Amino acid sequence: MRRLWIGLTVAVFSVLLIIPVIRIAMGAFDEGWGGFARGLARPETLHALYMTGLIVVIVTIVNTLFGVMLSLYLVRATWLGNKVKQLLNSIVDLPFAVSPVIGGLMIVLLLGPETALGALFNKAGIDIVYALPGMIIATLFVTFPLVVREVMPVLQEIGSAQEEAAATLGASAWTTFWRVTWPSIRWCVVYGVVLTVARAMGEFGAVLVVSGNILFKTQTATTLVYQDVENFNLTAANSIALVLAAGSVTLLLLMEWAKSRREVH
Amino acid sequence: MHIEVRGLNKKFGDFQAVADVDFEIEKGQLIGLLGPSGGGKTSILRMLAGLETVDDGDIVFHGKRVNDLPPQERGIGFVFQNYALFKHMTVAENIAFGLEVKKWSKQKIKERVAELVDLTGLSGFEKRYPHQLSGGQRQRVAFARALAPEPQLLLLDEPFAAIDAKIRHELRSWLREMIDRLGITSIFVTHDQDEAIEVADQIMIINKGRLEQKGTPWEIYKNPESPFVASFIGESTIIEDVSALRGFGGSGELPGTKALIRPEYVEIGKEHDFELLSATETGRVRHIHFRGSEWLVEVQIGAAKLVTYRSLEKEILQPGDEVRVLIHRAYLFNDTNSWVMENKLKEDPMPVHI
Amino acid sequence: MSSMLQGRWWSWGFRSTVMLYFIVLIIFPIIGIYGQSFSSGWAAFADNITEPLAWKAVLLTVKLALIATVINMFIGTMSAWVLIRYRFPGRRLLNSLVDLPFALPTAVAGLMILLLLGPRSSVGGLAEKLGFTILFHQPAIVIAMVFVTFPFVIRAVQPLLEEMDSSEEEAAYTLGATKAATFWKVILPSMLPGILSGAMLAFSRGLAEFGAVVLVAGNIPGKTLIASVYIFGEIESDNAIGATAVSVLLLTFSFLILWTVNYVQMRRKNG
Repeated sequence: MRRLWIGLTVAVFSVLLIIPVIRIAMGAFDEGWGGFARGLARPETLHALYMTGLIVVIVTIVNTLFGVMLSLYLVRATWLGNKVKQLLNSIVDLPFAVSPVIGGLMIVLLLGPETALGALFNKAGIDIVYALPGMIIATLFVTFPLVVREVMPVLQEIGSAQEEAAATLGASAWTTFWRVTWPSIRWCVVYGVVLTVARAMGEFGAVLVVSGNILFKTQTATTLVYQDVENFNLTAANSIALVLAAGSVTLLLLMEWAKSRREVH
Repeated sequence: MHIEVRGLNKKFGDFQAVADVDFEIEKGQLIGLLGPSGGGKTSILRMLAGLETVDDGDIVFHGKRVNDLPPQERGIGFVFQNYALFKHMTVAENIAFGLEVKKWSKQKIKERVAELVDLTGLSGFEKRYPHQLSGGQRQRVAFARALAPEPQLLLLDEPFAAIDAKIRHELRSWLREMIDRLGITSIFVTHDQDEAIEVADQIMIINKGRLEQKGTPWEIYKNPESPFVASFIGESTIIEDVSALRGFGGSGELPGTKALIRPEYVEIGKEHDFELLSATETGRVRHIHFRGSEWLVEVQIGAAKLVTYRSLEKEILQPGDEVRVLIHRAYLFNDTNSWVMENKLKEDPMPVHI
Repeated sequence: MSSMLQGRWWSWGFRSTVMLYFIVLIIFPIIGIYGQSFSSGWAAFADNITEPLAWKAVLLTVKLALIATVINMFIGTMSAWVLIRYRFPGRRLLNSLVDLPFALPTAVAGLMILLLLGPRSSVGGLAEKLGFTILFHQPAIVIAMVFVTFPFVIRAVQPLLEEMDSSEEEAAYTLGATKAATFWKVILPSMLPGILSGAMLAFSRGLAEFGAVVLVAGNIPGKTLIASVYIFGEIESDNAIGATAVSVLLLTFSFLILWTVNYVQMRRKNG
């Protein structure tokens, strides 16, 4: 019985997770090193990877800052009623339930060139939709809950006693946060950050809709994979996919590490 | 620090946690806030610390109203119920925290930490983390941490609640001694009457958000001002019909007056044990329990059942034995009034009104 | 005193900024899309909703997401059980691999499935010989959904299994229950809340999935065109009303699921 279950599980994991990753690697080297290198060295690939990197960095920084602060407010703030906190708390999860395509559509509808807001920004010389700002907003939307969801439970669990103790000892709010709260939540923040990076790097639907997938301008790594597949340029698609997959595996290792650190503290 | 509290009120939603509490505390005293759980003791303590806002009323430290001061600026030390030690800091770092925040010099911090480590008997544990300490040691760290910045007032929230019964005793006397030595005004919250009686100079009994009585443990024991205090302090049995008891009948009480009788108010024995037999009643022993240092005896007098202690030196009673029972005094109360009454047939015919 | 006032000013500024960010980023877009879909009146909304291709796309999505969820309930529960209860070489590796679908870009996932199941691949070839094709047909969509939603059930069941007291099981044995009876009557019921909430999340993610599906589905209207791809098509062809109408339908559905999960979890915590 035991052997059967273990065997089945290993089989499921192999078929569903391990073989596909190996297959990507093989696909990338279909035409040997040359094919792989050619796929990656194309200027559009480099530009797409640059765009993805840029979005990941900006989105991660913004959402980490706001995510940690919002978690603090939702758990600790006395100036928010309990009802309001509950409501906000259930709203935090909304992006999880929104299809990325719909997330993109929302931004197009609110800030697209035909809308009042979009026109306003356009006059000011800023393009939002079909440009970098829109893509960043879309990714911010999609990744928003990740940090909050990691940090909030820990804040609840550690309680406010240590922070109150710091206050009675004369520490300011700022000192209390850095010296007392932060050491308790940092590994959860790291875990949330890793999830955010993964999601921002892999975001496809929302970015595809918002960016318009313009070559050398708004194309990201994932939308380039999509375009290469549509153009039957499978080797190139595989090369980029392999790079992304390598990134994912690295992130996975980071997740494991953050998780183990989180359990220690 | 001299502390004055006037008309203190606090509501959580619809729940009145603290209602019209007034009191004054002299410098250097150790005060026990005693009462059942959920009675508002901790709320009072947290308002004194500034961790909870005051709905109504004034808190005055040294003649200065501190209602609007944040906890950082009140000059207090607070020992939390579960200690709230900073779990990622060592013992020494925990103690030094308040000093670092106050920007003391490194040298002075080092000296002060060493002094407190010494005082609290934590030498050798400076480098340990809280999870490597026993409950009693954590308590001492919490105490040292709160004392380090030299507060004017020390507040302790159920300081012994999370400690084993055995060590609790030891820690109590240690704390008492420590506070005596430092001469710091201290207030501690507890729901354990033994703890309050043993440690505190003065006890404040808090029930349902109200201050029922304030006084020394002996005063409170001797002259409880309300039925709640009488029943909360010490052991007792309530007798519904007072007039049935010999020595307490016919004193013209209003109907509905009940009596609260403590075990130590009751004396039992054989006929030859008493000089004034007329003041005693006949009772029958129902049960006896060995209590380690004495017997606990349940006696039945008519419809009433009383509990009393009996020395191990005396003749051993058996269930079913007929005994004489002398009730020295009773605490009587009705809806409007309460007073202590001595057995009229014994000596003093006049009840003592409070 | 001035430093205190300054502190208050700062904290007030922080609060407003965070709340504003939250509202502008999350709440505005959602209100916007609901507003937009009804902006041309009920009639236009109804028109777009009753469009047969739109309906078919939504129904197909629900059907396939349901199938994928059921599959995941089984393999997810089994995997969680094996990973928690058994010790075998490679267990840790498998346990870390569980999160791979969360870490992997969905477009890459789509590409992987495309490569594995394509007519040139051995699996695709085998299926072809047996007389059916996977790629660009419904099975491919289900596989893509199973892949991206794989972690949900496992991650929801694992903590329950971990905190389950083995004495409960032992009590059942001492009362004479067989292994099978113990599993069905004691172990499964305590895993059930996790299985259900994981399944709900997986279902809601399946409904929303786009990246992995768009590459492998073939997107034949009425046959393999799922809702999110339909919405994408409508956007590409500049039919914003059509896109929003289907979006609102799908969104409402997902929100209901999400709130049910939240409600169930809250009940469990409070109960």
